[in-house]
Amino acid sequence: MILVIDLCYRDGSLSRAEFVAPVERILREAGVPFTTRHHTAIGAPEREGADAVILCGTALRDTGYMERPELFRWLTAFERPVLGISSGMRALAAAFGGGSEPCCEIGMTEIRMLAPDPLFGGREVFSAYTVHEHAVQVPDGFVALAASERCVQAIRHRSLPLYGLLFHPEVRNEWIIERFIDNPHRGLTGRTG
Amino acid sequence: MGIVQAAPPAGQTPPPPVFGAAAGVIVPNTRSLTMKLGVLFSGGKDSLFVCWKAMQQEEVACLITIVSRNPESYMFHTPNIHLAALQAEAAGLPLVEVETAGEKEEELLDLKRALIAAREQYGIEGVVTGAILSVYQATRVQRICHELGLWCFNPLWLADQEPYMEELIDAGFRVIIVGVFSSPFDDSWLGREIDRRTLDELRTIAEKYHVTLTGEGGEFETFVIDAPFFTHRIAIEETSKVYRNHNGVLQIGRARLAEK
Repeated sequence: MILVIDLCYRDGSLSRAEFVAPVERILREAGVPFTTRHHTAIGAPEREGADAVILCGTALRDTGYMERPELFRWLTAFERPVLGISSGMRALAAAFGGGSEPCCEIGMTEIRMLAPDPLFGGREVFSAYTVHEHAVQVPDGFVALAASERCVQAIRHRSLPLYGLLFHPEVRNEWIIERFIDNPHRGLTGRTG
Repeated sequence: MGIVQAAPPAGQTPPPPVFGAAAGVIVPNTRSLTMKLGVLFSGGKDSLFVCWKAMQQEEVACLITIVSRNPESYMFHTPNIHLAALQAEAAGLPLVEVETAGEKEEELLDLKRALIAAREQYGIEGVVTGAILSVYQATRVQRICHELGLWCFNPLWLADQEPYMEELIDAGFRVIIVGVFSSPFDDSWLGREIDRRTLDELRTIAEKYHVTLTGEGGEFETFVIDAPFFTHRIAIEETSKVYRNHNGVLQIGRARLAEK
């Protein structure tokens, strides 16, 4: 079961269809079971029942999730796969002590890989959709995997399957989410390696 | 009406956090005030559908229409945009209307002008668009909203076409086709209402000709004559068709409000 987390300003908000539903659609089409919860409603049952977590993005002006860092502290002990998308990357990085800095990108942006990683399947350069005002400072224990001309676009924990993507893979790069959920080592689809 | 500044969550006084000991669930303190929003409005199904969606969550303060004089406009050209005021009246919403010459980047300045006017007149804190797939359109509106400090909402973004069209019909939207711009649509499509039978035909065409079911690829344009939140419906009294080579427009010459 994948736990999809909605970071938007209110449970069932007007932004949900834009930032959460496209991720849910990709999971549904891949036949992967998932459950979606608002970030303010994650309790022990949700955490314990999750094989992996996807933290979704938010609207550009929607930064309320950053005012409650305690809501994401459990991620530091989760140890199962996590994919943080845009605001989700910021929340993931913040949980591990990573700060953020102003960096506004809106629209299609060229992403270049800095270090190989199975999540990106050998791709070195691709174009991705970005909508963010801040970039993430790579927290201790993480490595930068990819960058645009202006900032780091992907990070991964050095020893755990925790990923952060500043761009939105659900727009024109669905293959990245599909690789995240399909990786047989993660056992999310019941397949064996 | 004065300007109402956006009230981001940072500006609110949150209730004290309550920690649920049993489940470890933290009770939300998220934004509880509704936002005043302006809806980018073309008169077609997507903009009125997102208006309806926005009304369910927030407060729609006005509709915003850009009237382009350029029929090739990437952003704003729409048949029958002159009837936007009548539709706004049917919806009981004020309309902010700005004209543009439709030059590619100039029209974005005109959009900015319209959003500033909407903020000044109706205190909008955010903008709602009917973008579904167009990164080109979504990016440009996002950038302008960012410049102006406005929230941007795209409730149909990457929406599944089939459930969207089903919900549109189920909710009571009455939508007619007023422009066709690709094969195999002939002039018999102009003026047709998108009901269940038409949707079945569109489904067959979408599969066979690889066009979008929603017309998002510019294959057809629509005009809404009734919506769940309209107090009146639009009665069309006079139309004319212009059609050649799989390109056609139904011009609505005269229309009026009628009892529902």
